[in-house]
Amino acid sequence: MPIELKKAREGFSSGKLELPENVVVSRLDALASWCRKNSLWPMPFATACCGIELMATGASKHDLARFGAEVFRFSPRQCDLMIVAGRVVMKMLPVLQRIWQQMHEPKWCISMGACASTGGVFDTYAVVQGIDRFIPVDMYVPGCPPRPEQLIQAIIDLQDKIQREGTITGREFNTPGRQLRKRALVEIASPLSIDAARNPVLQRELAAAADAAAGRT
Amino acid sequence: MPFTPPPIDDILAALAERFGPVESSVFRGQTRIVVPEERSLETLGWLKGRGFDLLVDVTCVDYLEYPDAKHRYGLVYLLASTATNQRLTVRVFVDDPRPTVRSVVPLWEAANWLEREVWDMFGIHFEGHPDLRRLLMPEEFTAHPLRKDYPLQGRGERHNFPVITRDHS
Repeated sequence: MPIELKKAREGFSSGKLELPENVVVSRLDALASWCRKNSLWPMPFATACCGIELMATGASKHDLARFGAEVFRFSPRQCDLMIVAGRVVMKMLPVLQRIWQQMHEPKWCISMGACASTGGVFDTYAVVQGIDRFIPVDMYVPGCPPRPEQLIQAIIDLQDKIQREGTITGREFNTPGRQLRKRALVEIASPLSIDAARNPVLQRELAAAADAAAGRT
Repeated sequence: MPFTPPPIDDILAALAERFGPVESSVFRGQTRIVVPEERSLETLGWLKGRGFDLLVDVTCVDYLEYPDAKHRYGLVYLLASTATNQRLTVRVFVDDPRPTVRSVVPLWEAANWLEREVWDMFGIHFEGHPDLRRLLMPEEFTAHPLRKDYPLQGRGERHNFPVITRDHS
């Protein structure tokens, strides 16, 4: 063992750390997370006016490149951050789920704006009332549409989250149960052929509608 | 000075001569006529021959719970003449249980998607349409959402999807 490294290790365990110049001690997990958080590749799922703000965020004035997330790709295979910007209608939701499943781990999702997060003012039969009912979401951006600064803040917060959570070997993805479930869901079934009795959200909606109808009569 | 197209009284008179009396009304200079369903294709074809060569729109109104309405659905054909700028609105009323009207695709190709949309949203059958599929809603959808008896927030279709969790993806 080189003498410098031996001295460093002794100093580390005794609390008196003396490192040579230009040497940083860290965990490999933290290093991997640091790399990931500073090179996010966004997948723009832009369906409405939020998409315009998303473009403005990537453009020169707000310059998302300062945070390492300027490389927008339209192939989910090349991306690790899905930004859902705008309302998602029920005809579009299976597409959204398919694209989310096509992205490789590790991956994250930002729900940008009121419509993607809650349906916004579009409380109608066709509009999904929040994408987080059907795919996992890491960050919500309020606003209608949000300013680019708000999206940048969400990316900064997401970077903090990535720094806290990641591992270099991806062992959080490698549990047997997870692999099993992943194989089970090879194909997403067509939406209306799913058994409604097993959908808790739908059951709650139907019960609420029945209560409202009973209250009126 | 806005351009004012010539009045269409002569066409209405010829129409009455050919098909019998026609119910018509004028609102702010725009003429509307009502055509019985069984003669709609014939009448629209005749109007096309008299210069109304452009089909601007085909749409529908649901008169459920509308005061003094005699029929449930009222189809709207907006016609225009590209030569004289004259315009004419043709109404055709149809009723449940199977609202049906003849397709005008043989007259105007443009009616193809317009009639598909009306079928999708209101459930009006267009007899003779070459390809009467839904235009806007997903194929699995069963309702016709612009009918007045369809609830605004749907019947749960918008939430009838599998939930993908972190473990699934």
